[in-house]
Amino acid sequence: MALQGTCRQIGDIAIIDFSGKITLGEGSSTLRHTIRDLIDNGQRKIVLNLYDVDYIDSSGIGELVSGYTTVRNAEGEMKLLHLTKRVHDLLQITRLFTVFDVQSDEESALRSFR
Amino acid sequence: MAAKTQRIEITLETLLESVDLAEVIVMRIAEATGFGEEDIHKMGMAVREGVINAYNYGNQQIRDKKIFMTVELEPDKMIVRVLDQGKGFELTEVPDPLAEENLLRTSGRGLFLMRAFMDEFNVHTAPGGGAELVMVKKLPDTVSGNGS
Repeated sequence: MALQGTCRQIGDIAIIDFSGKITLGEGSSTLRHTIRDLIDNGQRKIVLNLYDVDYIDSSGIGELVSGYTTVRNAEGEMKLLHLTKRVHDLLQITRLFTVFDVQSDEESALRSFR
Repeated sequence: MAAKTQRIEITLETLLESVDLAEVIVMRIAEATGFGEEDIHKMGMAVREGVINAYNYGNQQIRDKKIFMTVELEPDKMIVRVLDQGKGFELTEVPDPLAEENLLRTSGRGLFLMRAFMDEFNVHTAPGGGAELVMVKKLPDTVSGNGS
């Protein structure tokens, strides 16, 4: 299933609810453009809600890292929320849990911004 | 009598669609062979990464080049080979994606995932010069025990 993202705004925080796959091609491209559009529009607090993303390949992982760097370079913060087990395991074996701020519930994710 | 090795050879175009196609083919073969859901997912993903490697790095997305995938079923294991028409590479030359200084790299995790998801993984340089990725998954006990 192609990646779909729906953006919600809570105060100054943007939450994007994603569903589908983040894989080489369309999925990675959708993620890249979503994050760049948010940054271009002045958004600096971003939560990627991956509640319905159960498949990410190496290209998708690269795009998450790229997004994280893009947001950080713009002096913003990006959090990951509601990881599925497969995505959780993938970030664990690639050691990216040590890079990303991963939150398990939305309230904590919102509170975690400075 | 020893069980014969079954072998399937597939020639893939250097196209983005070949990545999904290779993954689906291997997942279906793995399912028919009796692998469990999690192993099927891991094998599909490993092969996906192998074909991404061939598409992006080996064949450099050059449309005229081909990707050759072979699936072999032996009594105790399934072997998937992915061969490209690039220049080949040495595993020792590939940066470790788990090293602190590489964690923020946006590429270079495919080979690591193939190794993580399969029981054996290796890379050879083919006589023609391309890289051949060899991925092995042992058959589940319930399946390998059916040979008698």
